[in-house]
Amino acid sequence: MSEKALLVANPPSACKAIIFDADVCTSCLTCVDVCRTDVLIPNPQKGEPPIVLYPDECWFCGCCVDHCPCPGAIRMEHPLSQRAGWKRKETGELFRIGMKNPPLPNTKPPVC
Amino acid sequence: MADHSLTPTAEWPYPVNYGKENIVTADVLILGGGIAGCHAAVHAARRGAKVVVVDKGPVIRSGSGGAGVDHWHAACTNPCSTVTPEEMMEIVKVFGDYSYHEYGNGITCYIQCKESYDALLDLEQMGIKVRDVDDQFEGADFRDEKTKLMFAYDYVNRTCIRVNGGAKVKVALYNELKRLGVQICDRIMVTSLLTEEGRQGGRVVGATGVNIRTGEFYIFNSKAAILSMSVFAGQWVFSTEISGLSSIFNDPNNSGDGTAMAWNAGADLALMERSGKGLSSGFFRYPPYGTGDHNNTWFACTIVDANGKEIPYVDRDGNILKTVSDRYRPAPGQKYFMYGRMGPKEIWGPGLIPDLAERIANGEYALPLYADLPGMPEKERRAIWGLMIYNEGKCSIIYDNYCKAGFDPDKDMLQLPVMPPDQYGRGPAWETYGPRQWREGAFGGGGGIVFDWDLKSTLDGLYVAGSQQYSGGTHAHAAATGRYAGRKAAGYAKQVQMGPMNRKQIEAEKARVYAPVMRNDGIGWKELRAGLCRVMQDYCGEFKSEPILKMGLDWIRSIRESEAPTAYARNPHELCRVLECHTHMTIAEIIMQSSLARKASSLFLDFKRLDYPKMDPPEWHKIVTIRQENEKVQVGELPLKYYLLPPYAPGFAENYSNHSEL
Repeated sequence: MSEKALLVANPPSACKAIIFDADVCTSCLTCVDVCRTDVLIPNPQKGEPPIVLYPDECWFCGCCVDHCPCPGAIRMEHPLSQRAGWKRKETGELFRIGMKNPPLPNTKPPVC
Repeated sequence: MADHSLTPTAEWPYPVNYGKENIVTADVLILGGGIAGCHAAVHAARRGAKVVVVDKGPVIRSGSGGAGVDHWHAACTNPCSTVTPEEMMEIVKVFGDYSYHEYGNGITCYIQCKESYDALLDLEQMGIKVRDVDDQFEGADFRDEKTKLMFAYDYVNRTCIRVNGGAKVKVALYNELKRLGVQICDRIMVTSLLTEEGRQGGRVVGATGVNIRTGEFYIFNSKAAILSMSVFAGQWVFSTEISGLSSIFNDPNNSGDGTAMAWNAGADLALMERSGKGLSSGFFRYPPYGTGDHNNTWFACTIVDANGKEIPYVDRDGNILKTVSDRYRPAPGQKYFMYGRMGPKEIWGPGLIPDLAERIANGEYALPLYADLPGMPEKERRAIWGLMIYNEGKCSIIYDNYCKAGFDPDKDMLQLPVMPPDQYGRGPAWETYGPRQWREGAFGGGGGIVFDWDLKSTLDGLYVAGSQQYSGGTHAHAAATGRYAGRKAAGYAKQVQMGPMNRKQIEAEKARVYAPVMRNDGIGWKELRAGLCRVMQDYCGEFKSEPILKMGLDWIRSIRESEAPTAYARNPHELCRVLECHTHMTIAEIIMQSSLARKASSLFLDFKRLDYPKMDPPEWHKIVTIRQENEKVQVGELPLKYYLLPPYAPGFAENYSNHSEL
């Protein structure tokens, strides 16, 4: 157990909104370019994923995820206070966004 | 990263140059590059104008419509429609989401009916599929086999089109703008209009702006300008703590900048006293369209209670509907329906039983309710979850995230939020509800700029499009009015010289814009913003009166004197946020002045005056206009149907023919 404790302020917002996978992200900055609210900034360390500077201003439009050329590099998560749930009609089982051990993904593509 | 307890030392990642001037000239200057602005840019450019588009965000995805669209409304001229524009005007009188009756504007309603489908065809040419080109819905009730167009709501009369590929309309528009050689100025907040001699009421000759990344100053000089910055949002409600700017339904960049600068330049405004209960914006909601529902994007999904008991749909006249297919048909004897139980009863569509609230309260239906997608016919189910939920704004992330989490509409029923019984049936379920003092600028029917059959404001050189106008409307309304305004502005630009700019006006604006960056401490923008919202909630809420409104105006005056001058900005992004607070102060003043001017309550406008409680007395059945002249407020009026009275022709078709320049 580390004894190091950091002097930090509270997180700026109820949720992170946007999360990067540094192993997949190529730092192309496409997400930074399309964000309408300018929530993301280029990381001063070249090659690292962008910094989510203003998660509190995120409008959750999903354009950053939509335009990212590397699947898995960026994901968007709605806050816990906004996670929807559903019921499986045949079994009555309940599921929700963000649960542990979620069901298998539905991979059917949208109509577009 | 950002650590507020210690002095920040990391530097802003963009090169900052406060005060550096960039001069840009345009035949047609489009202020606001959303849906209306982009369609305007396309049509102005096609007429040979040198076009410049300015936007606070990146035009490729900016604006309320930038994240997608599912429904294309009032496409009366599509080959499958049974309703002509004139017929729609007769029954509706006005069109726009949640806007109806006499206080809507017939000009833009008619333009939408005439050109909505043409705007959609424009998008098809730009690469948006629109139709069911991949035959995923062959044989569906809502698909026309010949044209492959897909329809929503009324499948018989077919005026509302479901847009295949609507998720990317903005990208298609952006690419077209680039192809046409339009100059695109991204991430520049427009801060003021420039007028001839710097005079309030003078011809509009340009605008100023500040880059929200570099802080550089922009001076735009134009022959014609189009204001298309949408209706003000976030005026009564603000918090980033609970769900980010997601809590604002419209684009959070829509602070009302266009309305405020038009006011400062001396343009006439109308309907600013109109506001609605904060249905679309609030704290305690869910992602838009991201819960089970039966409204708009989810129309007409079967809803069941916790025990699987189906909640019946009824037609306009209260008759229980037996089949899913009945929900998409007009009632016996009804010509056609729009959607929901809004507006004149003639156009009410099917909905859930109107006494649902009572029957939940007495235990007949058990909460929670669910959207029974598995119970829907396969093509209707796929249309809702796959076509609508994906292409509608902010829904591609809903589709992707929910599917990744295992949601399968063939098997799963998405839950509606749990609410007090009386909240069901009032509007989209994901909106939930909030305190009465949380209001908003009437989505689709808010106050804005007065205009004529040329979509020209009361200022020479200034045109308006989209929800920037008073009584704005839907995505299709923005597209239709945008292309019309683009034509008109281009036509005007051919007839005039570039207007001379006034250096004194520019210097004064530069001083105002940069004042916050001279300070390192004072009131933060969030505190200022929330404080302004508090003034609106208290002094310009649901119930108004002269003493209360005057106290509200005095609060704003006092904030302008005390807290606002201390607002600081440590980088260009914060500067934008502080300047948005300036806009909100101006919008607050305009709303309160408009409210004072209307000395009667109005059911239509959801306007309640405790000191004038009589609802809609006939002598107040008019549009109250308001403007500044020599910095003093001038109140005027217009007949409700000013657009069909002299100097105009008495009919829509004739006026359109005279003015539309097609």
